Amino acid sequence: MSDAWPDRIFAALKRAGVSQVGYVPDAGHARLIALCHAEPQMRAVVLTTEEEGVALAAGAWLGGARAALLMQSSGVGNCLNMLTLQRNCRFPLLALVTMRGEWAEFNPWQVPMGQTAEAALRLADVVVCRADAEADVEPTVEAALDIAFGAECAVAVLLGQRLIGRKQW
Amino acid sequence: MVTPMLDRRHAVRLLLEPRGDMLVVCGLGSPTYDVAAAGDDDRNFYLWGAMGGAAMMGLGLALARPDRRALVVTGDGEMLMGLGALATIGVQKPANLAIVVLDNGAYGETGMQASHTARGADLAAIARGCGIARALDVVDDDGLTALAREVRVAQGPIFATVRVGATEHERVLPLRDGVALKLRFRRALGIG
Repeated sequence: MSDAWPDRIFAALKRAGVSQVGYVPDAGHARLIALCHAEPQMRAVVLTTEEEGVALAAGAWLGGARAALLMQSSGVGNCLNMLTLQRNCRFPLLALVTMRGEWAEFNPWQVPMGQTAEAALRLADVVVCRADAEADVEPTVEAALDIAFGAECAVAVLLGQRLIGRKQW
Repeated sequence: MVTPMLDRRHAVRLLLEPRGDMLVVCGLGSPTYDVAAAGDDDRNFYLWGAMGGAAMMGLGLALARPDRRALVVTGDGEMLMGLGALATIGVQKPANLAIVVLDNGAYGETGMQASHTARGADLAAIARGCGIARALDVVDDDGLTALAREVRVAQGPIFATVRVGATEHERVLPLRDGVALKLRFRRALGIG
């Protein structure tokens, strides 16, 4: 498991000095969430809704810390007004978004937000990167970390549903 | 509500004096004006929007700076929009975070429509129910004085509703450029 993509994301977050990880529980991020909880240098913060993680990241940066936000595509819609924080104040944000509703989806309720997430993020002035193959995950997350904390922008990495795999019903 | 109401400006001045090295995030609307009226400070972060986000910004800040006290000053409407944050903070239990809600039972920016707290919602009880054991209801000057001490020294997280009257005050409008507010706040903390 040591080279599975969630492990490589975790290593990249660690190298970048991310110390707060807000998340809404998600199957696609389950391993990454567990890794963050087990890491003493990170504070994993379970959220009730994704927009909390947007504000958490802004507060972290005010205090000189780096935060990441783990969520599912359905959570993008919950974030829109809170993303005005990033736009008005140029707070960095790194959101790692596992996609639903775009590949081998069984649940029709996941499709609308899955199909809208990328456009919604762009409308909110969030830079969008995407990884659909396992080999692309680490370089994409590393590049997104540079944009977030170097260029001080809001960035979302969409992790394609094909990467996460077919959900067994 | 039948309790005599505190004056919000008086309450905030009492809370922030002496300022010490507290870091302050204030929720949009009247709390931002109240904190500005008590004296502008580089370590004030005034929200003019992002309604529902003040408590979570306070959490991120408190976790980032465990060596400092972080104080969120917000209103009942702003807190109601982000109630889930109380559950999230109840899980994290940051020892250096205090959230003070100036509760006038109304949405002051939009025409004083009654809020849920005027109709039975009890924010301190909700905070307690979310695992924030230190949840206070402040209705008088003695309570305010005790709260001002608690937010500086007591083991957090601390939550308090301060019952304030619905009197509107002259607006004291602080800086509203978000980038400038962020940069001066970080500079005051010595962050490049």
